[in-house]
Amino acid sequence: MKTRIPAACAALAAALLLAVGAQAQIKKDAVKIGVLADMSSLYADLGGPGSVVAANMAVKDFGGKVNGKKIEVVSADHQNKPDVGASIARQWFDRDGVDMITDLTTSSVALAVQEVAREKNKVLMITGAASSDLTGKNCAPTSIHYAYDTTALANGTGAAVVKAGGKTWFFITADYAFGHALQKDTAAVVTANGGKVLGSVNVPLNTADFSSYLLQAQASKAQIIGLANAGGDTINSIKQAAEFGIVKGGQKLAGLLLFVTDVHSLGLKTAQGLNLTESFYWDQDAKTRAWSKRFFAIAKKEPTMTQAGVYSAVMHYLQAVKATNSVNGPKVVAYLRGRPINDFMIRHGHLQADGSLVHDMYLYEVKKPSESKDPWDLYNLVATIPGAQAFKRPRGNECPLVKG
Amino acid sequence: MLAHLPAMPPAPLFFAQLLVGLINGAFYAMLSLGLAVIFGLLNIINFTHGAQYMLGAFCAWFLLTRFGIGYWPALVIAPIAVGIVGVAIERLFLRRIARLDHLYGLLLTFGLALAIEGIFRQEYGSSGLPYSIPPELEGATNLGFMFLPIYRAWVIAISALVCGATWFVIERTRLGATLRAATENPALVRAFGIDVPRLVTLTYGAGAGLAAFAGVLAAPIYQVSPLMGSGIITVVFAVVVIGGMGSILGAIISGFALGLIEGLTKVFYPEASNTVIFVIMVIVLLIKPAGLFGRAS
Amino acid sequence: MRWNRAERLWAAGLLVLAIAAPFFLYPVFLEQALCMALFACAFNLLVGYVGLLSFGHAAFLGSAAYVTAYTVKAWGLPPELGIVAGVAVAALMGLVFGWLAIRRQGIYFAMITLALAQMVYFFAVEAPFTGGEDGIQAVPRGHLFGLFDLDHPLTMYYFVLAVFLFGFAVIVRAIDSPFGQVIKAIRENEPRAISLGYRAEHYKLLVFVLSAALAGLAGSTKALVFQFAALTDVDWTTSGEVVLMTLLGGIGTVLGPVAGAFIVVAMQNYLAQTASWVTVIEGVIFVACVLAFRRGIVGVIAPFVTGRRASADIPAQRPEVDAAPLPPETAKETPPVG
Repeated sequence: MKTRIPAACAALAAALLLAVGAQAQIKKDAVKIGVLADMSSLYADLGGPGSVVAANMAVKDFGGKVNGKKIEVVSADHQNKPDVGASIARQWFDRDGVDMITDLTTSSVALAVQEVAREKNKVLMITGAASSDLTGKNCAPTSIHYAYDTTALANGTGAAVVKAGGKTWFFITADYAFGHALQKDTAAVVTANGGKVLGSVNVPLNTADFSSYLLQAQASKAQIIGLANAGGDTINSIKQAAEFGIVKGGQKLAGLLLFVTDVHSLGLKTAQGLNLTESFYWDQDAKTRAWSKRFFAIAKKEPTMTQAGVYSAVMHYLQAVKATNSVNGPKVVAYLRGRPINDFMIRHGHLQADGSLVHDMYLYEVKKPSESKDPWDLYNLVATIPGAQAFKRPRGNECPLVKG
Repeated sequence: MLAHLPAMPPAPLFFAQLLVGLINGAFYAMLSLGLAVIFGLLNIINFTHGAQYMLGAFCAWFLLTRFGIGYWPALVIAPIAVGIVGVAIERLFLRRIARLDHLYGLLLTFGLALAIEGIFRQEYGSSGLPYSIPPELEGATNLGFMFLPIYRAWVIAISALVCGATWFVIERTRLGATLRAATENPALVRAFGIDVPRLVTLTYGAGAGLAAFAGVLAAPIYQVSPLMGSGIITVVFAVVVIGGMGSILGAIISGFALGLIEGLTKVFYPEASNTVIFVIMVIVLLIKPAGLFGRAS
Repeated sequence: MRWNRAERLWAAGLLVLAIAAPFFLYPVFLEQALCMALFACAFNLLVGYVGLLSFGHAAFLGSAAYVTAYTVKAWGLPPELGIVAGVAVAALMGLVFGWLAIRRQGIYFAMITLALAQMVYFFAVEAPFTGGEDGIQAVPRGHLFGLFDLDHPLTMYYFVLAVFLFGFAVIVRAIDSPFGQVIKAIRENEPRAISLGYRAEHYKLLVFVLSAALAGLAGSTKALVFQFAALTDVDWTTSGEVVLMTLLGGIGTVLGPVAGAFIVVAMQNYLAQTASWVTVIEGVIFVACVLAFRRGIVGVIAPFVTGRRASADIPAQRPEVDAAPLPPETAKETPPVG
């Protein structure tokens, strides 16, 4: 007989014992904040470990306790896989007693986690993901899109480039929720401003070789090659565009989402002159410099808007928990919705019913190497975009939570 | 997006994509060649091949960042270093299972690949680390239909040379003759006083070195990433099946040819460019189960 | 088949354990483990009893997951029909893949199944209905037969347990039937089986289809558990994982894959924070199993616990027995592992 029931039983029992240890119920005597981010791949620099630093800074600054309960920070790597992110979030909410999740870089992951949060009525404060669908057709009542979104990027960089004369566009688009949203939003802004979209190509996430896509963009003869990607993908596409003589051939690149860490690793020689839209730059004023200095002391690099956003979001979340004496999702969000949000990072912020946090955005230009005084001295401010203008949806609002 | 299917692409784009395809083909050829060499003598599918390719790139990166040793020395040092690692793998692991079913070799090398890759991912994350093009090969030449970066032209040339040289050694020299004989009948070759186990070890080391050489070549194009090997190895497997297992010439020709076909697909129907090689594999299997250059068994 | 007293006691205990488990453990974890266990059992049917090692079984798991997720979400099918659709597609794919792949054996078979699975993977990346990188999210679980609300954690768990037991029973039944005797005969000595009048190719293909369908059943159920279908399910690392579970538990043992699946899933849950260490450990387990532990956990423990001597037909052992030098021609087409 081939059946070896008892042996398997022993093995199963061992596995179950292992599992019991892992699955032990955690008593609910702490307020728990989860940082769910890309910790190891192409977006790790812009969020990831730096976001954990920011969250811990916020908890420490808040005093480590809220309403007599300890505040804990947990973190995990979602590997940019939506299924992985969703199952970690489910486990966090169901088993580990996590009350709020932040960072959530990568729109596909954020969208997936948002579905879990909707089911469990838990708070999300998204500072990493960009897709405007998070507050558009997929909006959820307890989810806050905190730092920036593709609408703001399109209204910032997209509009600026068209107005400067870039009328014909070709998009190189990261092939998932984020890239598609960024392309759609930017294309809408481009056409609204009298420009024209000649074509686009979808590129898998985390691509090493952009050559064939760049050749397609080159053959389109568009004036502007819009890079609807982020992080490592944007860095690679800009570098390889230089290699294939695209900029020399007279076409211009528009990096639709660039973080300070991307520009830092590209170097000013390659990146100079690029326009970009951010909600935060460390060297903006005294307040941002003061906070960034503390961040730099721990993380050894300047913070991105995602990381500064995590700090700001955690602070405001904890204040809301304190004021409402509750971790109940709808209650906390209702509290935040009722008042203006202002700190070193968010200026003139107010939370909309669809979950988007409307606040000032900034259009920057990357400095010339000769203008830069130190390795992180990278941007010149071109314009401040008031929240109402930055977050005005070019495609209308599809969120079922808001009327019209 | 099917809507963007071009009717007939402009000629410059056509040739440019073919050239890019040829560059990919160069890597397919070098990697499937190494697999074929190893398979010929050891009869195992070396799943660690992708990891060895990745190790080659990392070796170059270490040499540059830790010791300031540049691209050209790395092109020699990395294959030797990874070759030594390969020798160790053969001695420590593969030899012990040589008498078992060859599928165990596949499983063992798969496990090794997982472990090596995992360690590097733990240390370096899974995004690419930049490795710049050597200054001698910077820049591009204008071919009229495209800007061809000089480095990429160099990759095509040197890989064709290496493939050709390997073919020559195996098919036309005394050493190669011994190797082929050992593949056919190890017992007989041993009877002639040749140390077959050592031959096996060195062959595996050479195959690993070949993968590492490809890795160094790839570093400036694809960046240095822990996942670069697993990304390409499954495609290379399909290339090997198409070319015919163990056929040196088959590996080289089908490597380059499939790169070209992939490039062509990018012109006419980009969405299928990742699948086309696998589709061809299915067709080849239907018509010639032993592969295009393989002997029917 | 006849179980001895010890075995019957153990089986009853195991069933009680499975029924009581969700009161002590996180149900989603158990559901995931049961799905993977069924997946591994389906895989084992092919490798353990026919001796064909497929390196592309994720294609069936993932495709069924996509089909179920899509039909349930977009067409509003009830869960049971969604699963039937998923299993049907997996079986059909099994028929096509099997027909192609059983032309070759040994490593060739492994590589061909891997390549075919990669084709499915890239199809899933590009096809519009799979959602590419985003996957199919927020799949509703719905009401089973219009009666049982699967959103309730315990209902869902017992549903998954029932699915698992059904799949498991099918496998046990197939192995112990005359059909099972024939496939074992083919594995042991194909030419002899053919000379006895059995059409080996047909039998192999049939097992391949059955294995694919059951892998699909696991995938469809998994899609409902996580309310998700994603690229991970069709990724070749998932194909590797199922090999690992089976190898670790014991190739060709009925319960080995179950034990292997529980251990691997528990480990992944334990180390969720550090995915790369999971990969390293999995790699090390592979190497250790191949070098020193080819019979797997169940294969090693069984004789001690049941009081039965290990039967000689643990497939993983066989190659050692006939490791005598083979003529080069047959060495090229290697005998099956299992």
